[in-house]
Amino acid sequence: MKLHTLEAWSLRDLIRDGSVTSTDIVESFLDQIRARDAEIGAYITVCGEQALEAAKHSDERRREGRTLSDWDGIPAAIKDNISVKGVANTCGSHMLAQYHAPYDAHVVSLLKQAGMPILGKTNMDEFAMGSSTEFSALKTTRNPWDRQKVPGGSSGGSAAAVASHQAPWALGSDTGGSVREPAAFCGLVGIKPTYGRVSRRGLVAFASSLDQIGMLTHSVRDGAALLQLLAGHDELDSTSVRREVPSYESVLGAGASGLRVGLLGGASQQGLQPEIHEALEQAACFLADQGAEIQEHAFPLLDKAIETYYLVATAEASSNLARYDGVRYGLRVEGSDTGEMFRRTRSEGFGPEVKRRIMLGTYALSAGYYEAYYRKAQQVRTMIRDGFLELFEKVDVLLGPTTAASAFGFGEKPDPLQMYLTDIYTVPANLAGLPAIHVPVGLDHGGLPIGLQITASPFAETNALRSAAVLETFARNRGWNR
Amino acid sequence: MISREEVERTAALAHLTLTDQELEKMTGELASILDAVSSLQEVDTSAVVPTNHAVPLENVMRRDEQKPGLSRDEAVANGPDVVQSFFRVPRIMEEE
Amino acid sequence: MIIGLEIHAELSTRSKIFCSCSTAFGGEPNSRCCPVCLGLPGALPLLNETAVEYGILAGLALNCTISVESKFDRKNYFYPDLPKAYQISQYDQPLCRDGWVEFELEQELLHAGVTRVHLEEEAGKSIHSGDNILGSDYSSIDYNRAGIPLIEIVTEPDLRSPAQAKAFLEQLKRTLQYIDVSDCKMEEGSLRCDANISLRPQGGRAFGTKVEIKNLNSFRAVERALDHEVQRQRNVLETGAAVVQDTRAWNEAKGVTVSMRSKEESHDYRYFPEPDLPPLAVNQVWVEELRQSLPEMPLPKRNRIMEQYGLGRYASDFLANSAIWADFFECAAKQYGNYKVLCNWLMGDVSRVLNARQEELPQSRLTPAALVELLRLVDDEIISGSQAKDVLEEVCATGRSSKQVTADLGMEQISDEDELTAMVEEVLAAHPEQAQRCREGEERLVGYFVGQVMKLSRGQANPKRVNALLRQKLQQ
Ligand SMILES: [Mg+2]
Ligand SMILES: [Zn+2]
Repeated sequence: MKLHTLEAWSLRDLIRDGSVTSTDIVESFLDQIRARDAEIGAYITVCGEQALEAAKHSDERRREGRTLSDWDGIPAAIKDNISVKGVANTCGSHMLAQYHAPYDAHVVSLLKQAGMPILGKTNMDEFAMGSSTEFSALKTTRNPWDRQKVPGGSSGGSAAAVASHQAPWALGSDTGGSVREPAAFCGLVGIKPTYGRVSRRGLVAFASSLDQIGMLTHSVRDGAALLQLLAGHDELDSTSVRREVPSYESVLGAGASGLRVGLLGGASQQGLQPEIHEALEQAACFLADQGAEIQEHAFPLLDKAIETYYLVATAEASSNLARYDGVRYGLRVEGSDTGEMFRRTRSEGFGPEVKRRIMLGTYALSAGYYEAYYRKAQQVRTMIRDGFLELFEKVDVLLGPTTAASAFGFGEKPDPLQMYLTDIYTVPANLAGLPAIHVPVGLDHGGLPIGLQITASPFAETNALRSAAVLETFARNRGWNR
Repeated sequence: MISREEVERTAALAHLTLTDQELEKMTGELASILDAVSSLQEVDTSAVVPTNHAVPLENVMRRDEQKPGLSRDEAVANGPDVVQSFFRVPRIMEEE
Repeated sequence: MIIGLEIHAELSTRSKIFCSCSTAFGGEPNSRCCPVCLGLPGALPLLNETAVEYGILAGLALNCTISVESKFDRKNYFYPDLPKAYQISQYDQPLCRDGWVEFELEQELLHAGVTRVHLEEEAGKSIHSGDNILGSDYSSIDYNRAGIPLIEIVTEPDLRSPAQAKAFLEQLKRTLQYIDVSDCKMEEGSLRCDANISLRPQGGRAFGTKVEIKNLNSFRAVERALDHEVQRQRNVLETGAAVVQDTRAWNEAKGVTVSMRSKEESHDYRYFPEPDLPPLAVNQVWVEELRQSLPEMPLPKRNRIMEQYGLGRYASDFLANSAIWADFFECAAKQYGNYKVLCNWLMGDVSRVLNARQEELPQSRLTPAALVELLRLVDDEIISGSQAKDVLEEVCATGRSSKQVTADLGMEQISDEDELTAMVEEVLAAHPEQAQRCREGEERLVGYFVGQVMKLSRGQANPKRVNALLRQKLQQ
């Protein structure tokens, strides 16, 4: 049996039956990493020894009947901007290539408390700024479905690791679509929870008011389980919400009956790859067949989402990335005085995309421009958020595309603006702090995965997961098979 | 339209040094991005409160209790230039 | 001349403003740090409730309005002691605003407006290899101080002389110490002051350019630096030149202000709302609760003490300048009606003994009750005034009661009639010749016999009683 090809739930069942051990599972994934990662490039750091050690402890616990959780012994991969104590946390940047986190991110503590071994840290666009992982300063990650294509980004390493069975599931971070877009390109389920649902503590900040840790999994059921493990209040993250976490697994079989599903017409569907457009229409029909009520709505302001997003995100990023100055950690390039040292360190440590965004954000916050750019964007953001909240009085979920097209090729989007437009369908959820899930529904003519996105109102992950599970059935009916 | 001088001033604020070539390219790129985002000006936002937080919360506080942080060695372990557990930096220019 | 001050005071919380690290002074370099105050990637701030309360208390003590809505902002600038390259501060919605401070200078009552009081975080500390920053080859950074809560107090430009600025600052320090939110130790940097000053040229109507002076690390420095700066600006204006807008540093050793940057460049801090911290909503109930907990402020207290106890201004100032001494006095005054004597003891011997012991009143073993007991022993003539000083020292050293100390030292005066009569008879019998002359009216020999009895009793006989007994015996 090829353990590494199984979804996490199946591994959990096997380990519980006693038919396999955590060590068997971890070894199987490490074997796969050894066999495939030279070609895929998903991992920046592989924590083989620690993972085996953790698996051994898990197996001992299981023998002694004191397992820590249902998921004790099931490993995971972590994006390289989420801190794991003692392990490199490069953020895909030369700036942090030598930095080792001295503490665990809250989500990592939760995984460890659940008894889960960590397989390694995955590649990403530098500081999560990108949509293809091409902006990693440290390595290239290839799409397991077609090595000439990008895996998406910025959580491209996590997506590629799961899609190429080098991890049963993985954590990513989603600031403007960085979990959902690579999930779309690699044929995975990608969840971005409501802002505040999962602690950000230990996640290296890109844009603090937009960042949210998410999960990349083979199935909706796996996604629900991983979300269940990580959702909840963290008293050390001031933006984490004190709110009961419902049972996500229990809603998966609820079906579509009575579900109010919104479709956004107009500009939101322009320029879609025909197969995605077709899938969207079929999915709506399927949902209707299953008893959902389909409603069409207009949301003209969504046209402004990408502009709003790039101003807010870059402004926050310009401040968040100012701390990389060569004093306390990370790269230092010496200079004759601190000013020169700062400038040399930052000029050599950051890649072009990061510099571009720092520049844009610095400009948007600078004297004379703050009102016109940053404040304006935050006001439009309010209107977008209010628009969504109004919409969610009428519908339970929105169904739409995640990306306009399937994975693109390396170097295909040399123009930054073109690259930014990749996120057009994913940024609204970040601006409004909504939960959103990408579900794969099939392959396009080129054999690349395509899928759809479900968005729900704040903290209504249950609605999103329930709908995602129906979409998964729809996908299976269309012949989708991971 | 953003000028080359403004790009230079912005780079100085961000503590980035750009070569002439980079400056040229950056000016062009920023100009086209700013041109694209200028469409926001069309939106009437009078009387709209800016969203500073995606989820509304207030008064998130902790009690004034001391807890151990990092050990001194952990604190300076990533330091590029550490001398006797101080972080050492070159001469400080006043008012960076 | 108009002067405005910007004061930073460290709040005396146990832990830092956004993390749980210790705020204690000193410590091995970088030993009181965590991911938050080191600005490590991924670290998030969490606000210390006590820091907010101290900020509100300070605002109330400075007669400010407490903002119902306030928020935190990032002030972005690069400096090696600033771990995140931004300081979490408050920009357009400070915690407190529109207050005032009443203070005195040479018995004149003055007011200065307080524009705002806001919360922010302290930076780390740089130690320079040379005598000053510019002469150093390198600097060493210690982040133990980084993240200690600060309040920044900005005054209106209401001060009219360097002496007023100093008097204001002293009153502010007293106030903050009074409400126990800051220890205000200028020598440890927990109270710092920057000043803005501009002159109105003779005959001119508009004030001149504002010059900022930084690095005023003592009350004396505030006055001296401003005096110097006034003179410097006058000299510039006299030549017909204009004062340029400038930030200058006070050089204590040379007694001059030195320009820190002459460039016309002002800072662009790119303030924006801190996304990692939700806003603060301070409701009326909370404010009232804190208001109730505020002690009486120094000036009103001084005035009340003058009136209530009939003490002079000097004595009342002495008491009111420290809530601790005033409380001690008032507690003792409940049991002891001679307020002047009580206050004189506090200003004199009690202060002296504590000083000698290098103790502060709260740490001392002396209680109001013990002091009252001591004063009563004097009033009742059980001990003399000079003995009382020795008893006080012993009470402070051991914490035993005044009565007990008096007894243990065998200091009690002998007032017992029989005992004294026996002694009087003994000395009269020992000196029959002098006794006879005394009976014949040689008055000064009474004093001689009192002296003899005192000697016999080793100073413990009650001299008044001895005198009376002697006269009685000599008349028989
Ligand atoms: Mg300040
Ligand atoms: Zn700390």
